[in-house]
Order: sequence, then C-alpha cells, then structure tokens
Amino acid sequence: MNWSMTILIPLLPLLSFVVVGLFGPRFGRKISGLIGTFSIVLSAFISLITAFKYFLSSGMDGHYSVIIPFNMEWLRFSDRLHIDMGILLDPISVMMLVVITLISSLVHIYSLGYMKGDVGYERYFSFLSLFTFSMLGLVIATNIFQMYMFWELVGVSSYLLIGHYYDKPSAVAASKKAFIVTRFADLGFLLGILMLSYFTGSFDFQTLTDPDQAAYTQNSGVAFLGLSVVSWALILVFIGGAGKSAMFPLHIWLPDAMEGPTPVSALIHAATMVVAGVYLVARLFPLYLHVAPDALQVVAFTGALTSLFAALIACTQEDIKRVLAYSTMSQLGYMMLALGVSSEINDNLGFTASMFHLFTHAMFKALLFLGAGAVIHAVHSNLMKDMGGLRKLLPLTSLTFLIACLAISGIPPFAGFFSKDEILSAAIASNKWYFAVELLVAGLTAYYMFRLYFRIFWNKQATFSTEIHEAPATMTIPLIVLAALSMIVGFIPFGQYVSWDMSAHHGHINWYLALSSTVVALLGILIAMKRFKGEVNPDATKTGLYRVIENKFYIDEVYVAITRNVIYKRISQPVAWFDRNIVDGAMNGVAWITNATSSRIKSWQSGQLQDYLLAFSAGVVVLFIVLMYLVR
Amino acid sequence: MIEGVGLNHFLILSGVVFFLGMYGFLSRRNMITLLMSLELMLNAVNINFVAFNAYLNNDFLQGHFFALFIIGVAAAEAALAIAIIVLLYRKFNSINIEKSNTMKH
Amino acid sequence: MESIFFYLLALVILVFSFLTISSKNILRTAVYLLFVLCATAGIYFMMNYNFLAAVQLTVYAGGIVVLIIFSILLTHQINTRLELASLKKRLIAAVISFISAATFFWALSKTTWPDTNGGVADTSLNNIGLQLMNFGPNGYVLPFEVISILLLASMVAAIIIAKKFSHD
Repeated sequence: MNWSMTILIPLLPLLSFVVVGLFGPRFGRKISGLIGTFSIVLSAFISLITAFKYFLSSGMDGHYSVIIPFNMEWLRFSDRLHIDMGILLDPISVMMLVVITLISSLVHIYSLGYMKGDVGYERYFSFLSLFTFSMLGLVIATNIFQMYMFWELVGVSSYLLIGHYYDKPSAVAASKKAFIVTRFADLGFLLGILMLSYFTGSFDFQTLTDPDQAAYTQNSGVAFLGLSVVSWALILVFIGGAGKSAMFPLHIWLPDAMEGPTPVSALIHAATMVVAGVYLVARLFPLYLHVAPDALQVVAFTGALTSLFAALIACTQEDIKRVLAYSTMSQLGYMMLALGVSSEINDNLGFTASMFHLFTHAMFKALLFLGAGAVIHAVHSNLMKDMGGLRKLLPLTSLTFLIACLAISGIPPFAGFFSKDEILSAAIASNKWYFAVELLVAGLTAYYMFRLYFRIFWNKQATFSTEIHEAPATMTIPLIVLAALSMIVGFIPFGQYVSWDMSAHHGHINWYLALSSTVVALLGILIAMKRFKGEVNPDATKTGLYRVIENKFYIDEVYVAITRNVIYKRISQPVAWFDRNIVDGAMNGVAWITNATSSRIKSWQSGQLQDYLLAFSAGVVVLFIVLMYLVR
Repeated sequence: MIEGVGLNHFLILSGVVFFLGMYGFLSRRNMITLLMSLELMLNAVNINFVAFNAYLNNDFLQGHFFALFIIGVAAAEAALAIAIIVLLYRKFNSINIEKSNTMKH
Repeated sequence: MESIFFYLLALVILVFSFLTISSKNILRTAVYLLFVLCATAGIYFMMNYNFLAAVQLTVYAGGIVVLIIFSILLTHQINTRLELASLKKRLIAAVISFISAATFFWALSKTTWPDTNGGVADTSLNNIGLQLMNFGPNGYVLPFEVISILLLASMVAAIIIAKKFSHD
C-alpha cells in the first residue's frame, strides 16, 4: 500500500505558514485566512483517508504494523549518531493525526469569524499554521530527537500565539511564563533523551521501545536513590511531558496561557499541544511498562494528584477560560493516571483508555473552548459575573455548550462517558485509592462544568451594554460539528484500533462502574443546578478554604517566593556581583591599560610630516648599521 | 668617465648634495622649499646612477636610463605636489607644513 | 684639464646646494636650485651623456623650476622672508642628517669598487631612441610606457586637485 501522500499532511500547513507569513500582508486578510484554512482542511482530508486506510484495510487481521513511509537522514554526526526526519504511522500517531488536523481545521474555520477585525489577522493565521505543522511533526516523529525538535517548535508557536496581543502586558507575561516553564521542563526531557540514547545508542523509537535489548537488561540495577538508570531517564522524560501537559507542579503556565485568543486556547491549550506529554509517555509506553514500572508509578501519582488538585481549583474560578484551563489540567491528569495504572492484569486497558480519553477530550474540550469563545465574542468579557441568562440570546451556543458539559461530565451516551468509564475500570484494577480519587474528580468535574453552564446561560439575567447576538456561521458551524462529534465518537470501538501492543482488543463496559460514575456525575450536576440555576450571590459562600482554593493553593506565590528569596538572593545576586566586579573589572582594567598606553603614544602621531620623516631616516640609519656591520 | 676623476669623487659629491637636501627637507617650513629640497635629493641620486653606469658598467646604459626615468617621475611628482600646495594654500591660506596637520584628527 | 672642469662644476653644485637650503628668500632659492641643476647637466655633458644632459636642462631646469617659480607666484610670497623652523627642530634635523651622512661616508670608505670594465657604450641619440622604443634585452619600452601613463595620470590628477569647484 502506498502511504507516500502522508508527507503532505505536515507539509501543507508548513507551506501555508511560509506563504501567509511572507506574503500575508500583500494578499490581504481574506485570502490569507482562506489559504491557511484551506491547506489545513486539505491536510485533514488526507489524514482522514490515511486513518481509514490504516485502520480498516491494514489491520484486518487484528494486528497493526508500524509503517514508516519516509525516513531520511537529516543530520549525520557519525555512523552511529545521526538524526533522522521521517514519518511513523502506528495506531496512536494516526489517531493523533486525525485529532490534530480535525480540531485544527475547525479552529481555523472558527477563527475566520472570531478574529475578524483583529489587527494581526495574517500573523495569527501563519502562526496557527506553524503550530499545526509542528504538532503534526511531533506526532509522526520516527525518532525521539525529531520529536524533541518539534516539541520545541510547538513551544515556540504556542509562545507566539499566547503573545498574540503583544501590546497587552499580561499576554506578554503569560507567553513568557509558558515558554520558560515548559522550557525548564524540557531540560528534563533532553537529559532523558541523552541518557536513553547513551545506553541504547539510538534515537529511533523502534529501537528505544524494545524492552528486551541488552542496554536495558544490563542497566536495570539500582543506580541512584533506589532507582535504576533507565527509570531515572524515563522519569526525566516524563518531567518534560509533565511540563507540556501542565502536570502539578509545572502547571502554572496553563491558566495564564488563556491570555491568548480563545481559538488558540481551544487548539493548543486544550486539544493538541497539552496532550503532547501524554502522547510522549504513550509513545515510550512499552519501556515504562517493562523496564521501569517505578517510573510508571510516578506518572500515575502525578496524574491523580493533578486531576484532583485542578478539579478543586476549577470549582472556584470566576474567569470562564480559567475554569476550562483547570478542567483541561484535570482531564490531562486523568489521561496520565490511566497510563500510569495500565498493567498486564487488566490487558493494559489503561493505555487504550488514556488514548480514548485523549481522543474524546479533544472533541468536547475544543467545543467548550470554542463555545466559551462565542460567549466572550458576544459579551466582551471573560468573567462569569458579566454573564447570565444567555440561553435565550445564544440558543445554539447554549445547546452545544450543554452537550459538551454532558460529555465531559461522563453522562451517557456522550463521548466522555465511555472513555472515563474505561479509565475508572483501569484504575480500580490497579489501586483502590486512585479509583476513589478519580470518582471524586468525576463528581467535581460535573459540578464545576455545570456551575459554568448554569452561571453563563441561566442564573439571573445580566444586563449588557451592547446587543447580544449569535456568532456568525463560520463560528457556529465548527460548534455544531464538534457537538455532533462529541455525541458519536464515544461509540467508536476504540480498543479495536488503539492498544498498547497494536492488536485489536474488545472493550466492554463495566456497568457497575459506569453506574457509579454516572450517579456521581449526576450528583455533581444536581448540586450545581441547585446552587447556580437560580439567582445566587456568589460572594456568600466564600470561606477560608474556598479562598485558598480560589487562589490556586498559592502555588504561584510559592514559586515567586522561591525564585525571589532563594534563586535571586542567594544565587543571582552573588553571580551578578561577581560579573560586575570581577569579570567587568578585568575587562575595564584591560580597557584602562589600553587607554593609558594610547594616550602616552598619541603624541607620536603629530601629523607633522617632518617628524615622520625624521623617525623614518633615523630608522633607516639604524637598520643600515645593524644590517651592514652587526648582523653580518 | 672623466680622466683623472675617480668614482668616489662623484659619490662624495652626490652624498653631500643628498644630505644637504635631507637637512633642508627636515628643517624648513615652507612647502615649496621642501619640494626644492626633494629635487636636490633626486638630483643627487641621478648623479650617483650616472656615475655608476659610467664607471662600473659602461657596456650598457642602465644607469643612464634609470636617471632618465627618475627625471620623468620627478616631473610628475612636482606637478602633483604643486597642485596640492596650491590647494592647501587656498584652504588654509598658508603653505606652512606644520599647519597642515588636520589629518591627525 | 677635464678634471679641473669637474671640480669646478662640483664646487658650483655644492655651493648652490648649500645656498638652496639656507637662503631666506624663496625666489632666490629657486634660482640657486636652477644653478645646481644646470651644473649637474654640465657634468652629464662632460661624461658624454648628451641626451641625458639635454633632458636635465629641459625638464628639470626648464620645466620643474619654472613650475616651482609659478607656484611661488601663485601663493603670493615672492618677497616674504622665509621663517626659520625652531632651533630645536633644526638641531635635530642637523644631527640626523649628519649621522646619516657619516654612516654613508663611512660605508663609502670601507668599500672598494671593482675596476672599470673599459667598455664604451654608444650614447648617440639614435641608439638611445632605439633602446627606449625596444623590447627584449636592453629595451626599455615597458618603463617608458609606464612613465608616460604615470605622467598622464598625474597631469589629470593635478588638474582635478587644483581646479576650483563651483561649490567651494
């Protein structure tokens, strides 16, 4: 079978980035937007065709193989050390291709309406294309170094898009924060890559993920702090993934990243880029599972902690985009946990569950963000206190938002129900505590989502200064498409397509668990309904603990305190002193000596022709004497 | 060659003239006199060339031609130097070599 | 007889050279220089280099000295008395020149020249003209051309330099 057209999937957005980036202002707004949108829609079509071909025709015998249509040597350092660029197709990468191109094209279409009238329209579309290209390059990476490179590119384009409103100081600060925090985490990733490649002598995923090779069996002994070298390498890699996926305690950038345009939040900070960390762990999953189960425990614990922690914060936020951001973190925690608890006992259900949740979450979280964007577009505010009673004014947005809320809360038959149920059954097979936490989080999720829903669309009727009307068709069509997808994607028999060993598994719904999680979710919805459907005074309920949670457990403050008191005072200031007095002093000393010398010999350059001739003749005489009578 | 006069006599003559020219070049201030000192030095060199040609290698005329070309170069040099001097005079209203030192700045 | 003429001319050269560098009247300086050049031409005549002597007279005495006199007139200083350089400068100049001269004469006294080879070159105008226009051994057409280009270039340059531009 010929897979060569897959190369178009990343190349089309790249082309669009170059063309729109270079000639955007010349083409004008309309054409730039259309070029960006058209290329990504085309890319989405190719991805869908690829996915159909891959899943329906290639995997008929119940087992999928890894296909590498392209792999060219990109940088060659030595025979053993070379970095390749290529395309790797396996179930999870094909799944990611579909998710990214689909969400990205919907976001592009949505942006055509949402960004209308914005100053940096062409810039926005070119960066959006750059992001899509980088993300596609990331998921189809054949080797970990290619992945790392695109990983950084994704970070850069995220930085550019968060800072889209670069004349707003908060947006600039948020973009810098996102870049620095993720970059800091990427240091761990890079160290992990170097350690893994040092032992295996390869960057290739296929070599890396083979758990039986000598490099792993020889280095499985305890090396440092009770863990083996490979475990440490995988934990470092996971730190990189945790930074991108906003896992505690590297999550602080994600809520601030909401400063970017809302479609960007939908694409990057909900559906695609933030799941890169999950994808990374999934990509190296055989390694985690067989060689370093202890690293997998770290993954599970971090995921569980983050999901609970973020869900709690999400219940208190007032900014609708921040609620969604914390909700994203919480759901990412779910995915990480599912990977972490995946084990042989349960046929590695967790892996499938995690990918399934990634898939469904991308749909309904993008829908939520785009819906929130439509609300913000209409109301011109991010804050819930400025909203209320919008269901009559924005009927379509209200309906799609409700579908998304039901989906994320895990109410059957919406998409979230199926994936969440798989995660819970994977969790209960591994550890009861994780299961309890996740059940609680499921309730919290339903609570905060419906808090959001009721306060935006029900509650007391807010008064608006401008007339509120439904968004244009370019914005509502993606909402409808995503709503439809959120309803149906749950029925995809995901286990048949994506599993850890690339063979088809038959999933089945654990009805007891399904019942319990649905009951918990309904409970959350009921509480939210009771509290927020009617008119409420939100300030009445704020107690001490609420304040702590509302301030995000003061994590940002802790970071500031650590950087200011420890890093700044103890490290930066002495270094600055050393630089100013010792390093600069040496340089200034050199400059001073040069200056003093030159002021001494300056008078030799008198500009007097005769002085020069005098010196010249004296020199000639001396040379003459030396050459004739002394050197001989 | 001249009967009864040795090569060294020529060389002493040209040497004295040359170093007189050199002294003149170093000690005077007027640019035109500097130029004249220069001509004196060139003339001394010419005498040298001619003397060497006549006394040491009279089969050929290399020294003779060298002197000829030096006269040509001297003419070119004098023409340029005088153009420069006239220009400087127009600019500074003086042809004192010590005053034309703006290049140092 | 010839040697007496030579010493006479040498004396003229020395005396007027000295006057050239010491006279305080600039026009007189130029005239003294003219005498030096003419006397040099006399020496060339005595050595049978008639063409060279003629060139010396026409180019040096007739051309350059006239040019110098013109420039003196152009710069309006026919009768100005030349101011002397500072004593210190003159002293240094004298010392340097004297040391150079001493080195030269010392070297001269140490050197013994080989005997003359006794050949007689053909210094007729005809032969000189042939050699100037010739190439190969004893041909000087290349330096001749170079000198002519140099003269042309310096002539153009002199005109450009001395020309009064309208925006001045």
